Amino acid sequence: MKKFQNSKLARILLLTIIMTVVVITILFLAGKFSPQKLTAQQFVNLQQGDNTHAGFRRAHAKGICIFGDFESNGNLASYSSATLFEKRISPFIGRFSIAGSNPTAPDLKAPVRSLAFVLNNDTNQEWRVAMNTPPVMAVTNPYDFFEQIQALSPDPITKKPDPEKIKAFFKEHPESKAFNDWKANYVPTNSFATEQYHSINAFYLIDKSGHKQAVRWVAVPQATKESLPKLDVDSADALQIQLSKILKNNTIKFDLVFTLANAQDDENNPTIPWPDEREKVTAGTLNIISWEAQQNGKCADKNFDPLVLPDGIRATADPILRARGAAYAESFRRRAKEVLLGTQEIVRSQVGNEQ
Amino acid sequence: MTSIGHSLSTRLLHWAMAFIIISMLCLGSSMIQSLDTWQMEAVKLHKSFGIVALILVIVRLFNKLISKSPPLPNDLPKWQKFAAHVTHFSLYALMLAMPISGWLMQSADGREVSLFNLITLPQLIHADIKMYSLFREIHGYVASLFFLILFMHIGAALYHGLVRRDGVLSSMTSGK
Repeated sequence: MKKFQNSKLARILLLTIIMTVVVITILFLAGKFSPQKLTAQQFVNLQQGDNTHAGFRRAHAKGICIFGDFESNGNLASYSSATLFEKRISPFIGRFSIAGSNPTAPDLKAPVRSLAFVLNNDTNQEWRVAMNTPPVMAVTNPYDFFEQIQALSPDPITKKPDPEKIKAFFKEHPESKAFNDWKANYVPTNSFATEQYHSINAFYLIDKSGHKQAVRWVAVPQATKESLPKLDVDSADALQIQLSKILKNNTIKFDLVFTLANAQDDENNPTIPWPDEREKVTAGTLNIISWEAQQNGKCADKNFDPLVLPDGIRATADPILRARGAAYAESFRRRAKEVLLGTQEIVRSQVGNEQ
Repeated sequence: MTSIGHSLSTRLLHWAMAFIIISMLCLGSSMIQSLDTWQMEAVKLHKSFGIVALILVIVRLFNKLISKSPPLPNDLPKWQKFAAHVTHFSLYALMLAMPISGWLMQSADGREVSLFNLITLPQLIHADIKMYSLFREIHGYVASLFFLILFMHIGAALYHGLVRRDGVLSSMTSGK
Protein backbone atom coordinates (compact mmCIF):
# COMPACT_ATOMS: atom_id res chain seq x y z
CA MET A 1 0.00 0.00 0.00
CA LYS A 2 2.80 2.34 0.92
CA LYS A 3 4.49 1.48 -2.32
CA PHE A 4 1.30 2.27 -4.19
CA GLN A 5 0.95 5.63 -2.45
CA ASN A 6 4.50 6.52 -3.32
CA SER A 7 4.23 5.47 -6.95
CA LYS A 8 3.80 8.65 -8.96
CA LEU A 9 2.22 6.74 -11.81
CA ALA A 10 -0.45 5.33 -9.49
CA ARG A 11 -1.23 8.78 -8.15
CA ILE A 12 -1.53 10.20 -11.66
CA LEU A 13 -3.86 7.31 -12.48
CA LEU A 14 -5.98 8.15 -9.44
CA LEU A 15 -6.09 11.79 -10.56
CA THR A 16 -7.26 10.71 -14.00
CA ILE A 17 -9.98 8.49 -12.54
CA ILE A 18 -11.27 11.23 -10.27
CA MET A 19 -11.33 13.77 -13.11
CA THR A 20 -13.22 11.32 -15.33
CA VAL A 21 -15.80 10.81 -12.58
CA VAL A 22 -16.07 14.60 -12.13
CA VAL A 23 -16.66 15.16 -15.86
CA ILE A 24 -19.21 12.34 -16.14
CA THR A 25 -21.08 13.59 -13.06
CA ILE A 26 -21.23 17.14 -14.40
CA LEU A 27 -22.35 15.98 -17.86
CA PHE A 28 -25.00 13.83 -16.18
CA LEU A 29 -26.21 16.72 -14.03
CA ALA A 30 -26.31 18.96 -17.10
CA GLY A 31 -28.68 16.46 -18.72
CA LYS A 32 -26.33 15.22 -21.43
CA PHE A 33 -27.01 11.52 -20.83
CA SER A 34 -30.68 11.45 -21.67
CA PRO A 35 -30.70 11.53 -25.48
CA GLN A 36 -34.15 9.94 -25.63
CA LYS A 37 -35.57 12.97 -23.87
CA LEU A 38 -37.20 15.47 -26.19
CA THR A 39 -35.60 18.94 -25.94
CA ALA A 40 -36.86 22.44 -26.66
CA GLN A 41 -34.23 22.60 -29.41
CA GLN A 42 -35.62 19.50 -31.15
CA PHE A 43 -39.10 20.92 -30.82
CA VAL A 44 -38.14 24.20 -32.49
CA ASN A 45 -36.19 22.30 -35.17
CA LEU A 46 -39.40 20.48 -36.05
CA GLN A 47 -41.42 23.69 -36.10
CA GLN A 48 -39.01 25.61 -38.32
CA GLY A 49 -38.68 22.73 -40.78
CA ASP A 50 -35.96 22.48 -43.41
CA ASN A 51 -36.48 25.92 -44.86
CA THR A 52 -35.72 28.37 -42.04
CA HIS A 53 -36.62 32.02 -42.39
CA ALA A 54 -33.88 33.97 -40.62
CA GLY A 55 -35.08 36.60 -38.18
CA PHE A 56 -38.63 35.26 -37.98
CA ARG A 57 -40.50 33.33 -35.34
CA ARG A 58 -40.17 29.57 -35.84
CA ALA A 59 -43.88 29.14 -35.34
CA HIS A 60 -46.55 31.64 -36.38
CA ALA A 61 -43.90 33.40 -38.49
CA LYS A 62 -46.33 35.60 -40.38
CA GLY A 63 -48.07 38.37 -38.51
CA ILE A 64 -48.79 42.03 -38.14
CA CYS A 65 -48.12 44.33 -35.19
CA ILE A 66 -51.07 45.95 -33.44
CA PHE A 67 -51.31 48.60 -30.73
CA GLY A 68 -54.04 49.58 -28.36
CA ASP A 69 -55.21 49.23 -24.82
CA PHE A 70 -57.13 47.00 -22.47
CA GLU A 71 -60.00 48.80 -20.81
CA SER A 72 -60.67 46.83 -17.65
CA ASN A 73 -64.15 47.17 -16.15
CA GLY A 74 -63.05 46.00 -12.70
CA ASN A 75 -65.27 42.89 -12.70
CA LEU A 76 -62.31 40.56 -12.28
CA ALA A 77 -60.63 42.57 -9.52
CA SER A 78 -62.32 40.48 -6.81
CA TYR A 79 -60.75 37.33 -8.30
CA SER A 80 -57.28 38.65 -9.07
CA SER A 81 -55.00 41.13 -7.35
CA ALA A 82 -53.40 42.04 -10.70
CA THR A 83 -53.65 45.83 -11.01
CA LEU A 84 -54.53 45.52 -14.69
CA PHE A 85 -57.93 44.07 -13.66
CA GLU A 86 -58.82 47.13 -11.60
CA LYS A 87 -61.02 49.66 -13.38
CA ARG A 88 -58.30 51.16 -15.54
CA ILE A 89 -56.77 51.34 -18.99
CA SER A 90 -53.48 49.51 -19.76
CA PRO A 91 -51.62 49.88 -23.06
CA PHE A 92 -50.46 46.87 -25.07
CA ILE A 93 -48.25 45.91 -27.99
CA GLY A 94 -49.71 42.92 -29.80
CA ARG A 95 -49.72 40.81 -32.90
CA PHE A 96 -52.19 39.01 -35.14
CA SER A 97 -50.59 35.99 -36.80
CA ILE A 98 -51.23 32.78 -38.69
CA ALA A 99 -49.85 29.32 -37.96
CA GLY A 100 -46.81 28.04 -39.83
CA SER A 101 -43.13 28.80 -40.23
CA ASN A 102 -43.35 30.79 -43.47
CA PRO A 103 -43.43 34.60 -43.07
CA THR A 104 -44.94 35.06 -46.55
CA ALA A 105 -47.55 32.28 -46.42
CA PRO A 106 -50.99 33.12 -47.83
CA ASP A 107 -53.19 34.43 -45.02
CA LEU A 108 -56.26 32.50 -46.04
CA LYS A 109 -54.63 29.05 -46.19
CA ALA A 110 -53.59 28.87 -42.53
CA PRO A 111 -55.56 26.49 -40.29
CA VAL A 112 -55.03 28.56 -37.15
CA ARG A 113 -55.03 32.29 -36.41
CA SER A 114 -53.63 33.95 -33.32
CA LEU A 115 -53.81 37.05 -31.20
CA ALA A 116 -50.95 37.82 -28.82
CA PHE A 117 -50.18 40.83 -26.68
CA VAL A 118 -47.87 42.19 -24.02
CA LEU A 119 -49.78 44.34 -21.57
CA ASN A 120 -48.02 46.91 -19.37
CA ASN A 121 -44.82 46.52 -21.30
CA ASP A 122 -41.89 48.24 -19.51
CA THR A 123 -43.14 47.47 -16.01
CA ASN A 124 -42.52 44.60 -13.65
CA GLN A 125 -46.20 43.70 -13.95
CA GLU A 126 -46.21 42.63 -17.60
CA TRP A 127 -48.86 40.24 -18.80
CA ARG A 128 -47.93 38.29 -21.92
CA VAL A 129 -50.73 36.47 -23.68
CA ALA A 130 -50.71 34.17 -26.71
CA MET A 131 -54.14 33.04 -27.87
CA ASN A 132 -55.25 30.82 -30.75
CA THR A 133 -58.48 30.09 -32.59
CA PRO A 134 -58.87 26.47 -31.30
CA PRO A 135 -60.43 26.37 -27.81
CA VAL A 136 -58.54 23.21 -26.78
CA MET A 137 -55.37 21.25 -27.51
CA ALA A 138 -55.46 17.85 -29.21
CA VAL A 139 -53.05 16.37 -26.66
CA THR A 140 -52.09 16.79 -23.02
CA ASN A 141 -48.30 17.07 -23.06
CA PRO A 142 -45.39 18.35 -25.18
CA TYR A 143 -44.19 14.85 -26.10
CA ASP A 144 -47.51 13.91 -27.71
CA PHE A 145 -47.68 17.38 -29.24
CA PHE A 146 -44.32 16.74 -30.91
CA GLU A 147 -45.67 13.52 -32.40
CA GLN A 148 -48.83 15.31 -33.48
CA ILE A 149 -46.81 17.92 -35.41
CA GLN A 150 -44.72 15.11 -36.93
CA ALA A 151 -47.85 13.27 -38.02
CA LEU A 152 -49.35 16.40 -39.58
CA SER A 153 -46.12 17.49 -41.31
CA PRO A 154 -45.84 17.13 -45.08
CA ASP A 155 -44.11 13.98 -46.28
CA PRO A 156 -40.61 14.85 -47.60
CA ILE A 157 -41.33 13.07 -50.92
CA THR A 158 -44.96 13.83 -51.70
CA LYS A 159 -44.82 17.26 -49.99
CA LYS A 160 -48.26 16.51 -48.58
CA PRO A 161 -49.34 15.29 -45.15
CA ASP A 162 -49.94 11.57 -45.08
CA PRO A 163 -53.62 10.93 -44.20
CA GLU A 164 -52.77 7.43 -42.94
CA LYS A 165 -50.27 8.82 -40.48
CA ILE A 166 -52.73 11.43 -39.27
CA LYS A 167 -55.45 8.83 -38.84
CA ALA A 168 -53.09 6.55 -36.93
CA PHE A 169 -52.03 9.38 -34.62
CA PHE A 170 -55.55 10.44 -33.71
CA LYS A 171 -56.62 6.83 -33.25
CA GLU A 172 -53.92 6.50 -30.61
CA HIS A 173 -55.02 9.73 -28.96
CA PRO A 174 -58.72 9.62 -28.09
CA GLU A 175 -58.19 12.70 -25.91
CA SER A 176 -58.06 14.69 -29.16
CA LYS A 177 -61.82 14.22 -29.71
CA ALA A 178 -62.86 17.71 -28.59
CA PHE A 179 -60.15 19.26 -30.75
CA ASN A 180 -61.18 17.28 -33.81
CA ASP A 181 -64.85 18.06 -33.23
CA TRP A 182 -63.96 21.76 -33.15
CA LYS A 183 -61.85 21.39 -36.28
CA ALA A 184 -64.61 19.62 -38.19
CA ASN A 185 -67.05 22.46 -37.48
CA TYR A 186 -64.71 25.42 -37.64
CA VAL A 187 -65.10 27.77 -40.58
CA PRO A 188 -62.51 30.55 -40.66
CA THR A 189 -64.15 33.97 -40.66
CA ASN A 190 -63.24 36.57 -43.25
CA SER A 191 -61.21 38.72 -40.86
CA PHE A 192 -58.72 38.73 -37.96
CA ALA A 193 -61.27 41.03 -36.31
CA THR A 194 -64.09 38.47 -36.18
CA GLU A 195 -62.33 35.37 -34.82
CA GLN A 196 -62.55 34.09 -31.27
CA TYR A 197 -59.13 33.67 -29.70
CA HIS A 198 -58.71 31.27 -26.76
CA SER A 199 -56.17 31.07 -23.98
CA ILE A 200 -56.42 27.25 -24.47
CA ASN A 201 -54.38 26.55 -21.33
CA ALA A 202 -55.82 27.39 -17.92
CA PHE A 203 -54.30 29.81 -15.42
CA TYR A 204 -55.01 30.70 -11.81
CA LEU A 205 -56.31 34.06 -10.74
CA ILE A 206 -55.04 34.87 -7.24
CA ASP A 207 -57.09 37.30 -5.17
CA LYS A 208 -55.83 39.61 -2.43
CA SER A 209 -56.27 36.98 0.28
CA GLY A 210 -54.37 34.39 -1.77
CA HIS A 211 -57.39 32.34 -2.87
CA LYS A 212 -56.95 30.86 -6.33
CA GLN A 213 -59.48 30.35 -9.09
CA ALA A 214 -58.67 28.37 -12.25
CA VAL A 215 -59.74 30.18 -15.41
CA ARG A 216 -59.56 30.11 -19.18
CA TRP A 217 -60.39 33.09 -21.28
CA VAL A 218 -61.46 33.97 -24.77
CA ALA A 219 -61.27 37.20 -26.76
CA VAL A 220 -64.76 37.61 -28.26
CA PRO A 221 -65.04 39.96 -31.25
CA GLN A 222 -67.50 42.85 -31.18
CA ALA A 223 -67.21 43.34 -34.95
CA THR A 224 -69.61 41.54 -37.24
CA LYS A 225 -69.02 40.23 -40.73
CA GLU A 226 -71.34 42.78 -42.31
CA SER A 227 -69.41 45.75 -41.01
CA LEU A 228 -66.09 44.76 -42.62
CA PRO A 229 -64.32 45.89 -45.80
CA LYS A 230 -64.34 43.24 -48.52
CA LEU A 231 -61.54 40.70 -48.48
CA ASP A 232 -59.18 40.56 -51.48
CA VAL A 233 -59.11 36.77 -51.65
CA ASP A 234 -56.37 36.76 -54.30
CA SER A 235 -53.85 38.50 -52.08
CA ALA A 236 -51.47 36.50 -49.90
CA ASP A 237 -51.82 39.31 -47.35
CA ALA A 238 -55.60 39.47 -47.53
CA LEU A 239 -56.20 39.51 -43.78
CA GLN A 240 -53.47 42.06 -43.10
CA ILE A 241 -54.63 44.44 -45.83
CA GLN A 242 -58.20 44.23 -44.59
CA LEU A 243 -57.04 44.88 -41.01
CA SER A 244 -55.20 48.02 -42.10
CA LYS A 245 -58.35 49.24 -43.90
CA ILE A 246 -60.53 48.73 -40.82
CA LEU A 247 -58.05 50.54 -38.59
CA LYS A 248 -58.01 53.60 -40.84
CA ASN A 249 -61.34 54.74 -39.41
CA ASN A 250 -62.27 52.32 -36.67
CA THR A 251 -61.16 50.62 -33.50
CA ILE A 252 -61.32 46.84 -33.40
CA LYS A 253 -62.79 45.64 -30.13
CA PHE A 254 -62.74 42.32 -28.35
CA ASP A 255 -64.35 41.45 -25.02
CA LEU A 256 -62.06 39.47 -22.76
CA VAL A 257 -64.35 36.83 -21.26
CA PHE A 258 -63.09 34.60 -18.45
CA THR A 259 -64.60 31.20 -17.68
CA LEU A 260 -64.30 30.12 -14.04
CA ALA A 261 -63.60 26.43 -13.49
CA ASN A 262 -65.34 24.49 -10.76
CA ALA A 263 -64.23 21.39 -8.86
CA GLN A 264 -65.14 19.05 -11.73
CA ASP A 265 -62.81 20.73 -14.21
CA ASP A 266 -59.19 19.68 -14.57
CA GLU A 267 -57.24 22.88 -15.13
CA ASN A 268 -54.13 20.88 -16.00
CA ASN A 269 -55.69 19.15 -18.99
CA PRO A 270 -55.96 21.41 -22.06
CA THR A 271 -57.86 18.84 -24.21
CA ILE A 272 -61.18 19.01 -22.38
CA PRO A 273 -63.54 21.95 -22.94
CA TRP A 274 -65.28 23.23 -19.84
CA PRO A 275 -69.09 23.08 -19.92
CA ASP A 276 -70.94 26.13 -21.23
CA GLU A 277 -72.82 26.62 -17.98
CA ARG A 278 -69.66 27.58 -16.07
CA GLU A 279 -69.72 31.08 -14.66
CA LYS A 280 -68.30 33.68 -17.03
CA VAL A 281 -66.95 37.12 -16.20
CA THR A 282 -66.19 39.77 -18.79
CA ALA A 283 -63.05 41.55 -17.60
CA GLY A 284 -63.08 44.39 -20.11
CA THR A 285 -62.43 45.35 -23.69
CA LEU A 286 -59.34 45.09 -25.85
CA ASN A 287 -59.24 48.13 -28.13
CA ILE A 288 -57.01 47.74 -31.16
CA ILE A 289 -56.24 51.20 -32.46
CA SER A 290 -53.32 51.02 -34.89
CA TRP A 291 -51.06 48.63 -36.76
CA GLU A 292 -47.51 48.34 -38.10
CA ALA A 293 -45.80 45.85 -40.45
CA GLN A 294 -43.94 43.26 -38.42
CA GLN A 295 -40.56 43.59 -40.15
CA ASN A 296 -38.66 45.99 -37.87
CA GLY A 297 -41.97 46.55 -36.06
CA LYS A 298 -42.23 46.82 -32.30
CA CYS A 299 -43.96 43.46 -31.93
CA ALA A 300 -41.09 41.69 -33.67
CA ASP A 301 -38.95 42.34 -30.58
CA LYS A 302 -41.44 40.62 -28.30
CA ASN A 303 -41.41 37.05 -27.09
CA PHE A 304 -45.08 36.35 -26.29
CA ASP A 305 -44.21 33.75 -23.65
CA PRO A 306 -47.48 33.13 -21.80
CA LEU A 307 -45.57 32.24 -18.64
CA VAL A 308 -44.65 35.89 -18.07
CA LEU A 309 -47.42 36.89 -15.67
CA PRO A 310 -48.10 39.74 -13.25
CA ASP A 311 -48.85 39.26 -9.56
CA GLY A 312 -52.42 37.97 -9.34
CA ILE A 313 -52.15 35.53 -12.28
CA ARG A 314 -50.29 32.23 -11.97
CA ALA A 315 -49.50 29.33 -14.30
CA THR A 316 -51.23 25.99 -13.72
CA ALA A 317 -49.22 22.75 -13.90
CA ASP A 318 -50.63 22.03 -17.41
CA PRO A 319 -47.66 20.30 -19.11
CA ILE A 320 -48.30 22.00 -22.45
CA LEU A 321 -48.37 25.44 -20.83
CA ARG A 322 -45.19 24.72 -18.86
CA ALA A 323 -43.39 23.52 -22.01
CA ARG A 324 -44.05 26.79 -23.80
CA GLY A 325 -41.41 28.69 -21.77
CA ALA A 326 -38.35 26.80 -23.04
CA ALA A 327 -39.69 26.42 -26.59
CA TYR A 328 -40.54 30.12 -26.97
CA ALA A 329 -37.13 31.02 -25.51
CA GLU A 330 -35.33 28.82 -28.05
CA SER A 331 -37.27 30.29 -30.98
CA PHE A 332 -36.62 33.81 -29.65
CA ARG A 333 -32.91 33.08 -29.14
CA ARG A 334 -32.49 31.88 -32.74
CA ARG A 335 -34.21 34.80 -34.42
CA ALA A 336 -32.67 37.36 -32.05
CA LYS A 337 -29.23 36.12 -33.05
CA GLU A 338 -30.12 36.45 -36.73
CA VAL A 339 -31.30 40.02 -36.11
CA LEU A 340 -28.11 40.82 -34.17
CA LEU A 341 -25.92 39.45 -36.95
CA GLY A 342 -28.00 41.23 -39.60
CA THR A 343 -28.75 38.03 -41.48
CA GLN A 344 -32.54 38.25 -41.26
CA GLU A 345 -34.63 37.75 -44.35
CA ILE A 346 -36.24 40.86 -45.81
CA VAL A 347 -39.86 40.24 -46.57
CA ARG A 348 -42.03 42.56 -48.61
CA SER A 349 -45.67 42.40 -47.73
CA GLN A 350 -48.35 44.18 -49.71
CA VAL A 351 -49.70 45.68 -46.54
CA GLY A 352 -46.36 47.38 -45.91
CA ASN A 353 -46.49 49.05 -49.32
CA GLU A 354 -49.94 50.48 -48.83
CA GLN A 355 -48.97 53.11 -46.31
CA MET B 1 6.46 21.50 2.34
CA THR B 2 3.97 23.32 4.58
CA SER B 3 2.58 26.79 4.23
CA ILE B 4 -0.08 28.82 5.95
CA GLY B 5 -3.42 28.06 4.30
CA HIS B 6 -6.36 30.23 3.30
CA SER B 7 -8.39 32.00 5.99
CA LEU B 8 -11.69 30.51 7.12
CA SER B 9 -13.66 33.29 5.37
CA THR B 10 -11.87 32.58 2.09
CA ARG B 11 -12.48 28.84 2.36
CA LEU B 12 -16.16 29.24 3.25
CA LEU B 13 -16.68 31.61 0.31
CA HIS B 14 -14.76 29.29 -2.01
CA TRP B 15 -16.73 26.17 -1.20
CA ALA B 16 -20.12 27.90 -1.03
CA MET B 17 -19.50 29.38 -4.47
CA ALA B 18 -18.11 26.14 -5.84
CA PHE B 19 -21.36 24.45 -4.88
CA ILE B 20 -23.53 27.23 -6.34
CA ILE B 21 -21.52 27.59 -9.56
CA ILE B 22 -21.52 23.89 -10.43
CA SER B 23 -25.23 23.60 -9.58
CA MET B 24 -26.04 26.70 -11.62
CA LEU B 25 -24.06 25.57 -14.67
CA CYS B 26 -25.79 22.18 -14.64
CA LEU B 27 -29.25 23.62 -13.95
CA GLY B 28 -28.78 26.27 -16.62
CA SER B 29 -27.77 23.85 -19.35
CA SER B 30 -30.58 21.42 -18.55
CA MET B 31 -33.36 23.95 -18.07
CA ILE B 32 -32.88 25.57 -21.48
CA GLN B 33 -33.58 22.16 -23.02
CA SER B 34 -36.36 21.05 -20.75
CA LEU B 35 -40.01 20.83 -21.75
CA ASP B 36 -40.93 19.48 -18.31
CA THR B 37 -43.28 21.13 -15.83
CA TRP B 38 -40.47 22.02 -13.41
CA GLN B 39 -38.75 24.21 -15.99
CA MET B 40 -40.52 27.41 -14.96
CA GLU B 41 -39.60 27.00 -11.29
CA ALA B 42 -36.04 26.07 -12.32
CA VAL B 43 -35.67 29.38 -14.14
CA LYS B 44 -36.88 31.23 -11.03
CA LEU B 45 -34.38 29.36 -8.85
CA HIS B 46 -31.63 30.01 -11.39
CA LYS B 47 -32.31 33.75 -11.24
CA SER B 48 -32.47 33.81 -7.43
CA PHE B 49 -29.21 31.94 -7.03
CA GLY B 50 -27.68 34.12 -9.73
CA ILE B 51 -28.28 37.10 -7.43
CA VAL B 52 -26.79 35.14 -4.51
CA ALA B 53 -23.73 34.34 -6.63
CA LEU B 54 -23.32 37.99 -7.65
CA ILE B 55 -23.46 39.12 -4.02
CA LEU B 56 -21.00 36.40 -3.00
CA VAL B 57 -18.46 37.27 -5.69
CA ILE B 58 -18.51 40.92 -4.62
CA VAL B 59 -18.01 39.89 -0.97
CA ARG B 60 -15.26 37.59 -2.13
CA LEU B 61 -13.42 40.31 -4.02
CA PHE B 62 -13.45 42.46 -0.86
CA ASN B 63 -12.33 39.47 1.15
CA LYS B 64 -9.48 38.96 -1.28
CA LEU B 65 -8.31 42.52 -0.67
CA ILE B 66 -8.16 42.09 3.11
CA SER B 67 -6.94 38.50 3.46
CA LYS B 68 -3.58 37.29 2.28
CA SER B 69 -3.41 34.28 -0.03
CA PRO B 70 -0.59 31.81 0.56
CA PRO B 71 2.10 31.97 -2.15
CA LEU B 72 2.47 29.15 -4.67
CA PRO B 73 5.31 26.69 -3.91
CA ASN B 74 8.72 28.02 -4.91
CA ASP B 75 9.64 24.92 -6.86
CA LEU B 76 6.56 25.11 -9.09
CA PRO B 77 7.58 25.42 -12.76
CA LYS B 78 7.12 28.90 -14.16
CA TRP B 79 4.51 27.85 -16.74
CA GLN B 80 2.42 26.24 -14.02
CA LYS B 81 2.58 29.39 -11.91
CA PHE B 82 1.52 31.38 -14.94
CA ALA B 83 -1.31 28.95 -15.67
CA ALA B 84 -2.46 29.20 -12.05
CA HIS B 85 -2.66 32.99 -12.24
CA VAL B 86 -4.47 32.96 -15.58
CA THR B 87 -6.98 30.38 -14.31
CA HIS B 88 -7.66 32.28 -11.10
CA PHE B 89 -8.05 35.57 -12.88
CA SER B 90 -10.39 33.91 -15.42
CA LEU B 91 -12.48 32.38 -12.64
CA TYR B 92 -13.11 35.79 -11.08
CA ALA B 93 -13.91 37.29 -14.47
CA LEU B 94 -16.35 34.44 -15.20
CA MET B 95 -17.94 34.68 -11.76
CA LEU B 96 -18.77 38.33 -12.51
CA ALA B 97 -19.67 37.84 -16.19
CA MET B 98 -22.21 35.05 -15.57
CA PRO B 99 -24.68 36.84 -13.28
CA ILE B 100 -24.24 40.23 -14.98
CA SER B 101 -24.85 38.86 -18.50
CA GLY B 102 -27.83 36.92 -17.12
CA TRP B 103 -29.31 40.04 -15.54
CA LEU B 104 -28.71 42.03 -18.76
CA MET B 105 -30.33 39.41 -21.01
CA GLN B 106 -33.39 39.29 -18.77
CA SER B 107 -33.67 43.08 -18.84
CA ALA B 108 -33.30 43.08 -22.63
CA ASP B 109 -36.34 40.79 -22.90
CA GLY B 110 -38.23 42.91 -20.36
CA ARG B 111 -38.24 40.16 -17.74
CA GLU B 112 -37.76 40.64 -14.07
CA VAL B 113 -35.01 39.08 -11.97
CA SER B 114 -36.02 38.60 -8.36
CA LEU B 115 -34.47 37.06 -5.29
CA PHE B 116 -36.97 34.39 -4.19
CA ASN B 117 -39.82 36.88 -4.90
CA LEU B 118 -38.49 39.08 -2.07
CA ILE B 119 -36.51 41.73 -3.92
CA THR B 120 -36.83 42.55 -7.60
CA LEU B 121 -33.73 43.92 -9.29
CA PRO B 122 -34.07 47.06 -11.42
CA GLN B 123 -34.00 46.72 -15.21
CA LEU B 124 -30.47 47.47 -16.38
CA ILE B 125 -31.37 48.27 -20.00
CA HIS B 126 -34.48 48.77 -22.13
CA ALA B 127 -36.01 45.80 -23.91
CA ASP B 128 -34.20 45.30 -27.22
CA ILE B 129 -33.92 42.16 -29.31
CA LYS B 130 -30.29 42.77 -30.37
CA MET B 131 -29.18 43.41 -26.80
CA TYR B 132 -31.07 40.30 -25.77
CA SER B 133 -29.20 38.23 -28.31
CA LEU B 134 -25.83 39.75 -27.42
CA PHE B 135 -26.15 38.97 -23.71
CA ARG B 136 -27.95 35.65 -24.25
CA GLU B 137 -25.07 34.43 -26.42
CA ILE B 138 -22.46 35.82 -24.01
CA HIS B 139 -24.23 34.02 -21.15
CA GLY B 140 -24.05 30.75 -23.11
CA TYR B 141 -20.42 31.06 -24.25
CA VAL B 142 -19.25 32.18 -20.83
CA ALA B 143 -20.96 29.11 -19.35
CA SER B 144 -19.06 26.81 -21.74
CA LEU B 145 -15.80 28.57 -20.89
CA PHE B 146 -16.65 28.21 -17.21
CA PHE B 147 -16.95 24.41 -17.58
CA LEU B 148 -13.52 24.36 -19.25
CA ILE B 149 -11.77 26.56 -16.68
CA LEU B 150 -13.41 24.60 -13.84
CA PHE B 151 -12.05 21.40 -15.34
CA MET B 152 -8.55 22.90 -15.36
CA HIS B 153 -8.98 24.27 -11.83
CA ILE B 154 -10.16 20.96 -10.33
CA GLY B 155 -7.52 19.04 -12.28
CA ALA B 156 -4.75 21.33 -11.08
CA ALA B 157 -5.99 21.20 -7.47
CA LEU B 158 -5.94 17.40 -7.53
CA TYR B 159 -2.52 17.43 -9.19
CA HIS B 160 -1.23 19.49 -6.27
CA GLY B 161 -2.99 17.31 -3.72
CA LEU B 162 -2.33 13.86 -5.15
CA VAL B 163 0.76 14.08 -7.32
CA ARG B 164 2.86 16.94 -5.96
CA ARG B 165 1.48 16.81 -2.40
CA ASP B 166 2.73 20.33 -1.86
CA GLY B 167 0.02 21.66 0.46
CA VAL B 168 -1.75 23.79 -2.16
CA LEU B 169 -4.90 21.67 -2.02
CA SER B 170 -4.99 21.48 1.76
CA SER B 171 -4.61 25.26 1.96
CA MET B 172 -8.19 25.42 0.61
CA THR B 173 -9.58 22.34 2.37
CA SER B 174 -8.27 22.18 5.94
CA GLY B 175 -6.62 25.59 5.75
CA LYS B 176 -3.24 24.19 6.74
